[in-house]
Amino acid sequence: MTRKPVHFYQVGSFAVGNRLLDDENRTVQSNPNRTNSIDSGHRACQGCGEVLGARYALDAAMRASNGQLVAVNATGCLEVFSTPYPETSWRIAWLHSLFGNAPAVATGVAAAMRVKGKSEVRVVAQAGDGGTVDIGFGCLSGMFERNDDVLFICYDNQGYMNTGVQRSAATPPAARTATTVTAGPEPGNVFGQGKDLPRIAMAHDIPYVATATVADLHDLEQKVERAMEIHGARYLHVLVPCPLGWGSASDETIHIARLAKETGLFPVFEAEHGKVTGVSPIRRRTPVEEYLKLQRRYAHLFGPTPRPDIVARLQEIADENIARYGLVTNDTEDSVSTEVTA
Amino acid sequence: METPFAITLDAGTSRANHTGSWRIERPLYVDRLPPCNNACPAGEDIQGWLYEAESGNYEAAWRKLVAVNPFPSIMGRICFHPCETACNRVQVDDAVGINAVERFLGDLAIEHGWALPATALDTGKRILVVGAGPAGLSATYHLRRLGHQVRLVDSAEQLGGMMRYGIPAYRLPRATLDAEIARVVGVGVEVVVGHVVHDIEAERRAGKFDAVFLAVGAQIGRRVDIPAGDSSKVIDAVSFLHQVAAGDPPLLGRRVAVYGGGDTALDAARTARRLGATDAVIIYRRNRERMPAHGEELEQALGEGVTMRWLSTVDRFEDGRLVLETMRLSDQGFPEPTGEYEELDADSLLLALGQDTDLSLLNGAHDVVVNDGVVEVQSTMMTNVDGVFAGGDAVPADRTATVAVGHGKRAARGIDAYVMGTALESAPKHELATFEKLNTWYYSEAPRTQRPELERIRRQTNFEEVVGGLTEENALFEARRCLSCGNCFECDNCFGVCPDNAVIKLGDGQRYQFDFDFCKGCGICVKECPCGAITMVPERT
Amino acid sequence: MLRQIEGSRAVAETVALCRPEVVCAYPISPQTHIIEAVGAMVKEGLLSPCEFINVESEFAAMSVSIGASAAGARTYTATASQGLLFMIEAVYNAAGLGLPIVMTLANRAIGAPINIWNDHSDAMAVRDSGWIQLFAETNQEAADLHVQAFRLAEELSVPVMVCMDGFILTHAVEGVDILEQSVVDGFLPPYEPRQVLDPKDPVSIGAMVGPEAFEEVRYLAHLRQMDALARIPGIAKAFEEVTGRASGGLLRSYRTEDADTIVVALGSVLGTIKDAVDIRREAGERVGVVGITSFRPFPAEAVREALSKASRIIVIEKAFSIGFGGVLATDVALVVQGADAKVFSVVAGLGGRAITRRSLEDLLAQSARGDLKSLTFLDLDRAAVDRELTRMANTRRSGPSAENLLRDLGSDHGASKVKS
Repeated sequence: MTRKPVHFYQVGSFAVGNRLLDDENRTVQSNPNRTNSIDSGHRACQGCGEVLGARYALDAAMRASNGQLVAVNATGCLEVFSTPYPETSWRIAWLHSLFGNAPAVATGVAAAMRVKGKSEVRVVAQAGDGGTVDIGFGCLSGMFERNDDVLFICYDNQGYMNTGVQRSAATPPAARTATTVTAGPEPGNVFGQGKDLPRIAMAHDIPYVATATVADLHDLEQKVERAMEIHGARYLHVLVPCPLGWGSASDETIHIARLAKETGLFPVFEAEHGKVTGVSPIRRRTPVEEYLKLQRRYAHLFGPTPRPDIVARLQEIADENIARYGLVTNDTEDSVSTEVTA
Repeated sequence: METPFAITLDAGTSRANHTGSWRIERPLYVDRLPPCNNACPAGEDIQGWLYEAESGNYEAAWRKLVAVNPFPSIMGRICFHPCETACNRVQVDDAVGINAVERFLGDLAIEHGWALPATALDTGKRILVVGAGPAGLSATYHLRRLGHQVRLVDSAEQLGGMMRYGIPAYRLPRATLDAEIARVVGVGVEVVVGHVVHDIEAERRAGKFDAVFLAVGAQIGRRVDIPAGDSSKVIDAVSFLHQVAAGDPPLLGRRVAVYGGGDTALDAARTARRLGATDAVIIYRRNRERMPAHGEELEQALGEGVTMRWLSTVDRFEDGRLVLETMRLSDQGFPEPTGEYEELDADSLLLALGQDTDLSLLNGAHDVVVNDGVVEVQSTMMTNVDGVFAGGDAVPADRTATVAVGHGKRAARGIDAYVMGTALESAPKHELATFEKLNTWYYSEAPRTQRPELERIRRQTNFEEVVGGLTEENALFEARRCLSCGNCFECDNCFGVCPDNAVIKLGDGQRYQFDFDFCKGCGICVKECPCGAITMVPERT
Repeated sequence: MLRQIEGSRAVAETVALCRPEVVCAYPISPQTHIIEAVGAMVKEGLLSPCEFINVESEFAAMSVSIGASAAGARTYTATASQGLLFMIEAVYNAAGLGLPIVMTLANRAIGAPINIWNDHSDAMAVRDSGWIQLFAETNQEAADLHVQAFRLAEELSVPVMVCMDGFILTHAVEGVDILEQSVVDGFLPPYEPRQVLDPKDPVSIGAMVGPEAFEEVRYLAHLRQMDALARIPGIAKAFEEVTGRASGGLLRSYRTEDADTIVVALGSVLGTIKDAVDIRREAGERVGVVGITSFRPFPAEAVREALSKASRIIVIEKAFSIGFGGVLATDVALVVQGADAKVFSVVAGLGGRAITRRSLEDLLAQSARGDLKSLTFLDLDRAAVDRELTRMANTRRSGPSAENLLRDLGSDHGASKVKS
């Protein structure tokens, strides 16, 4: 399905909905009859990006599958704040797996549906970054390798937040966590470590890999829709800021996710069978400081003993992403004077 | 399904947990004052009628507009659009083309023959309006809507005041002017043209008017003593333009000089060009930055071959030759003579040095306070004489048609309160929707539509309208560039970005409501509202 | 039909008759022949409809099983030893969620040191998990127990593992009667899940349960195991009615009517024990055997009843709790508390060491003489142990004991080699 560009209408291209757009050009979220896969009353922190990402992705998946959806959820924030006995916020069929096996459990669900002749029932597995890149890595790779019919969604808040903000392989360099404190010659998380899961997923040659953020709802929903058109192993990596773990204001969650993309630190793209097929270009190129300054996990890079050398290295990472994926186009407004050479 | 105890839970049971108890502050939907509305001298609800236009409801948009200002076609041509200067979109790309859309709506109304609503109300009160320029016509219109009887008198043969006799046809075509004036008169007005009022008190008594509105304008061109020979043709620009509009243009010769730096000077020079002058030069004692004329007008004048003589004054005019003295600006910006002179050939000299009000009609009303040639009024537009109101160029204010329309409306309200014995209440103003309250990320790139302009070659020989209007497609596009500053336009952002699903969508046109059982007060809705229509307030303890 | 067939193959074919819908396993000795056979049947279309999934670890295998079972599919898996430990989180998870997964546990020792041969340490490692554990004595019983296991699991919504001794049973070829499909179909109705993932009736399975309700959840699981105690004999009886043979049940007694010494054990060793007991009987000793089939739930009443007339109870087991003693022995001792009997714990066959009839005869003789200690390690090479102890005392860093023992056994010093 080709994506039709939304004709310009005020905020139609970027906002959730608009009174004058046709329903098909609005997002699922703008529909008052959206599923609300995860409903009110959950115990997520104020301004939680993960619960927003989950509702966005699952409501879109519910629409794409005509409500024929089962979700398998790894242990983590999303599972803990949504299902404390006796209350669950989920409105969809949902199974809590363990921490490291959401992909495998989802494989089992998909196999059961297939064998029972209910292939129209689609399966989504979801986990935080810990349950994806660390403890869940083995099962995830196995699911990819077998090309099981599962859409795996990683909500990446770059750390083990539910247990008190510890470092994962998705924690970016220089970020403060409880296990990478801001002390020593390399304060915060060290450089030279970490896993780039989207690229690892691409290396498995699976039918669909995409990254997205909670700041661009249209893009996220379109990617879920695209993923649901495909059968086989699919991977969606969604950046979801965590006000608690990142030390940001609760109202800045979407703003920060937007800056992650606009600086180039979080590239937004799609790939099929290992090849990048589309990129969401940067709209207004922004230096990494704008993004870092809003988060106390980077506060040690500024203030009385600043580390411009570290900030420069982070800028290099952003620039490399921009070069690798071609994130800057003719339409990008450039507020950075540094030249980008591909 | 019979489910095992505790391990398995029924869907949606979390709604028993009212997380609203977590809040220390709560969001509140607000309506803020858009800067365009705030800047409009006529007090139009610009954002309001743009909102209607955006959905293609042009008639609804027009009706909303003319509820305040009955002259959109005129305004869309001659208003200097302070709304656009104030428009927040200037800080994104370009101001919304409000003026162009207003013109589109006005022209569409004329095309479709939309009529102004007539009122069934009749208060039995009689009001005399002296002067049928924009102030007088506006007051007449609003007084009629309020149900009062109006007699509108004007000294000229046709209604319109400066709109007809001061603004040339290439800026305001006569057909447009006539159509919009006729519409106002059409709501039921007693019109007397060619009537000069000599004594306002006497005329008031004679006609048993409950109140009067003096909208006599400032039609007397100020003169300055310039030594000139008998053969030197020196005319004041106001009279010149009046004669041209009346269809009786004077002969000016090939080389015309205009003395002055305001819009009238530009109008005079451009008109002279169209009447055949090969040279039309404007002589102004200061420089471009200090020139009071509007930039757009100057650009067009220059494009039509009008030339400028900055920092010059006219010393004398003899035998077809102007002697100019060069000026320089002091540190405070005042022009100072340098003692250097130059000569300029000229067949005629038009004086555009300002205009004065003819207040002879006040002969019988000595108590009306006049200061500096204009009538002092209160905020109700009433002079210090009960029942005597004034507005437009005749009172201290910026001298534009839009301001005059605003005065007319305000005066009508003031008169209404006065004659009905009611108190005049004005609604408290909302907080201004300033730029930093917006989140402009959500607005797509949309460069402003330019209005088509008549090619310069064609302009020089006729009075055809120079600036054209927008097509419907363009007008719609332009209206939709509006950011809706400070007022919800149902973009669904708050409904979508709430992590707690605590915003209720009420349906078309009814906006949204917060579900305070669940709202945790995170503030994302406030931050992501594109138009700044939500604020946070402390939670009541 | 009676066939000369490897134990693994018998189990595989019987499991296939049970019409599992999702089969998923990770290869580990000595379970491999079971899953290879099932996998081949699926690929050849002989077992259909069935999804056979090759996974990347045992943890994944049990996880896939959990997903499949929660989605309403009849699910089967198999593992042993290290593999069981690798999936242990999921093993507990399956029981906690009440998913009727059936698993073959091809009993094998747990390392370190790595050992691929049979003992019961793997089963013992998960005895508290909430799974039902049934121990097969023969290949026939191993096959039959799987049929009963599916029915038991699905009736109660409790997972069941069928334990069969690795290599001893799995790789032995002997005569096994493979049932007819119609018999199994008659015995095993289609799976009706108690709870299921269904978009049309969405529920959240696997909530977080805090202190206010956790104890009750565990108690309810315990009650379900008590229900199992009631159901197991009934299911065995029903099985006997359609097959004509006794298989399963809680326990089986052999020559215990007048025994004052009773040997208690699990699994295949019961065969050798009965041979030894027969010989001792001929010598006049009043000795009998109780073979426990259902280890969890532990049939306390039945065991106490079966042992009520004995004064000496010898528990022989292939497992022990390091630092304490026999596992089964401890359970038995607790159950016969108050009775006038002495319980002797004998640990034997660890890591696949053969338990010979001769050794058992000697053991019984020792018991008859009154020389049996309360805890005995059968056929322990005392000399090798002593040499290692001496070496450890003399040298501070003397290397790992296991390596030393092996080296020792391979050398001239290892005179007292393992008896064959």
